[in-house]
Parts: sequence; structure tokens; C-alpha cells
Amino acid sequence: MWYKLVLFVLMSIMIYFSFELPAPQQQIGESSRIFYYHIPQAWICVIAFAMSMFYAIQYLSGICFKVKWFMNIPYLTISKGEPRQLKYDDKAMIAAKLGFIFCVLATVTGAMFAKVTWGMYWNWDPRQTSIFILLLIYGAYFALRGAIEIEEKRAALSAVYSIFAFVTVPFLIFIVPRMVPTLHPNDSIISEDLKFNVEGAISLVFFSSLALFTVLYIWLFNIGVRVQLLVRKKLEQEDL
Amino acid sequence: MQKTSSGLLSRSLAVYFKDLRLELRTKNALNAILMFGVTTLTVVSFSLGQSGLSPKLMSALFWIIMFFSAMSGLAQTFIREEETGTSLILNLTAEPNSIYIGKLLFNLTLLITMTSIITPMFFIFTDAPTGNILPFIVILVLGILGLVSATTLVAAIISKASVKGALFAVVSFPILMVLLMVLVGATEKIFDNQNLAAASSDIQFLIAYVVVMTTISLLLFKFVWRE
Repeated sequence: MWYKLVLFVLMSIMIYFSFELPAPQQQIGESSRIFYYHIPQAWICVIAFAMSMFYAIQYLSGICFKVKWFMNIPYLTISKGEPRQLKYDDKAMIAAKLGFIFCVLATVTGAMFAKVTWGMYWNWDPRQTSIFILLLIYGAYFALRGAIEIEEKRAALSAVYSIFAFVTVPFLIFIVPRMVPTLHPNDSIISEDLKFNVEGAISLVFFSSLALFTVLYIWLFNIGVRVQLLVRKKLEQEDL
Repeated sequence: MQKTSSGLLSRSLAVYFKDLRLELRTKNALNAILMFGVTTLTVVSFSLGQSGLSPKLMSALFWIIMFFSAMSGLAQTFIREEETGTSLILNLTAEPNSIYIGKLLFNLTLLITMTSIITPMFFIFTDAPTGNILPFIVILVLGILGLVSATTLVAAIISKASVKGALFAVVSFPILMVLLMVLVGATEKIFDNQNLAAASSDIQFLIAYVVVMTTISLLLFKFVWRE
């Protein structure tokens, strides 16, 4: 309970200062404030996708991480070859759902920023392309899940797909932007001379925003897991 | 896993020749993929062919034709196993790795056959420059390898789902989009009469893509096949 209250207070402070401090990028001006929100969203989008893949691997391989206690000292045990558990698939699905929401948010805020600074909502800049493909991967993941009836089958096949799709992400993020010239000369993220001034108070607000969004994501993820647990319980009761 | 690699190869070839024989009996995958290619090509040349296309447009159209033709037929080999109910027996007689390699080779054969017919037609219909044909073939071969290496695993996944046809294109596209972007860029350079050195970074990308996709597919295929 307490961390949600702390999150609420800190988030409010962060939002206040994101509008109160001078704009993080002077040449772009006031619209550059979106960077306090857009980058954490894109960050969560990738983190959620990575987590979804992590749970997919856990589901398929039966690797199980458990925290055990030895005289008040926690330590991590790893056991292999456990039977497949659908809870990992649930977690992968919830992570993907949240990632999809944040991916949409990041795309929309990015397009808004592009409209203000570049004059167009969409111009297939390498960054826009990569986030769009990420959006498509999420979409395809849900389309695939929707097309498979049997739960175990759905879990295994969508797990394979999310691992397979994740392998293309390095190509997207690291390789393609270097091969395709960025369309806009004043692309503030990629070009060096228009770099954001991430120093002092601005960096404090930015990194706290990053941290707060991560905590928000973890909270949402926990809610999702608990809801899914209740759904499973209800289904079991109906079966009896 | 203790088996030797030559054993793996011969078993893969057994799966491959089995699929090839089945295909030659009915020719339904080949017909579908070929006619789809011809149809798209006709539509393209019908509406745009006479107007002197730019290299950029030509390479984009070429890969659109290739992509959709590939999507129309490459899942067929797995769907056939599911429809005739032979996947269980195949499961008993061969291990996943050799099945994957066999199917990969079969899809490769299918796409190469299709391309060897569609590409000359494309050059005839759109009047694409033929001066740079060797570099074009290099890019084309790498493109085919990329398409096949990325879609074979997806085809296996799709064959277990319920709406197979539409889903195959939807699910493959995000994975193939990076590949298609690079292929269109590289082919544009070739059509623009630049030499192969101009596309060297594209070629490096294509080789990396093929290797990564084939490796990860080999690792993951057993999880799909055992379902």
C-alpha cells in the first residue's frame, strides 16, 4: 500500500517540475518537455517486451527461480526441468498487454512531437519505423493468441513467437537506424549537435520520471497478475 | 543429439524429398504461389508498367510481389501435415531438427522455382535495367534465404492455429519488415546501376539476418512441433 502513496506523491512532484523547469532543449523550445514522458514510455515498452520474452522462456524451458531464506538471508535458487506452468504464460501476456499500451502512448507522443518540430506526424524516420514495428509485433502476438483455442498450445506457440520476434529487435534498434539515413536534419534524438541538455535539475526530473514510470509499470503488472489469478480461480470453481 | 551431422543431413533430405514428392503429385502450393506472383505482377505492370518507373518504385514493387507470393504458399507444407493428420507420424519417425531443415529446404525450392519464373517476367513487363544482373541475383538469393529462414518457423506456428491463411501474413510481417526495408534499399541501388560495393552494408545485414533467423528457428522449432 505504502509504495503506491509514495508513487502518487512523487509522480505529482515530477509532473509539476516537468512543467516548471526551463525546457530541456532550448532550440526546440517548450514542446521538448514531452521528453519527460515520451522516453520513459518507450523505455517501458521495450522493458515490457523483454519481460514478456523472459516469461516465455520460463514457460517453455521450465526454469524456475525461487527466493529462499537461509537464516534471514535471501538467496536465489534456480531449478530446471519443472513442469510447464500456465502462470508464466499469464505473466507474459500481461507484460505484453501493458507493453502494448505504453507502445501506443510512446508512438502517439512521438508523433505529436514530430508534428511540432518536423512539421509532420509521420515520416518513417528510423525511430518511428522501429517503434511501429514493435507495435506490429505486439499486434501480431495478440492476433496469434486469439487464433488458438487450447490454452497450453496457445501458451507454447505464443511464447515461441515472442522469443522469435524479440530476436529482430536488435536489428531494428541498432542496425537499421545506422543504415537508413534519418530523414530529418534536425532529428534531435540522433544528431549530435541538437542533443538534449540532460544535466542538473533536468536530469534529476528525467531520471526520476524513468524510475517512477518503471514503478508504475510494476504496480500495473501486479494488478494484472492478481486479476488473472482471480479469473483462474473462478474458472476452476465453474469447472467443479 | 548423439547422432552425427551426416545422419542429420540425410534424414533432413528424406523429409525434403518426401515433401517434394507430395508437392509434385498435387502441385497445389507451387500453383498457388506461382499464380499469386503472376497475378500481382500483372496488376502492377497493367497499372504502372508503361510509365517508366523509377528504380525506387521498381525495387519496392518487386519486393511487394515477392512478399505476397511467399505469403500465399510457404505455410502450405506445414498446413498439409496438419490437415492430413500426418504430423504425429512424422513426429515419430524424425526428430525436430531434421524436420525443420527438410521443410526449410522445401520452402527454399518452392520460392526459388517461383522467383525463377517471376523475375524474368518482371524484367520484361516493367522494363527494368538488366545491365546489373549479377549483383541483382546476389541480393535476390540473399532475399529469398531471408524470407524462407524467417517464415518457416512462423509457418509451423500458424499451422497449429485456427485462421491460418490470413494470420500467416499478419504474424510474419513484423519479423520480415526489417528484411524488406533493407532489400528494397539494396535493390534500388542495383537498379540505379550502382555496383555491389554500394550495397555492401546491406549484404552484411542480409547475411547476419539469415544466420540469426535460421539459428533461432532451429532452437525453437522443437517447441512448436511437439505441440
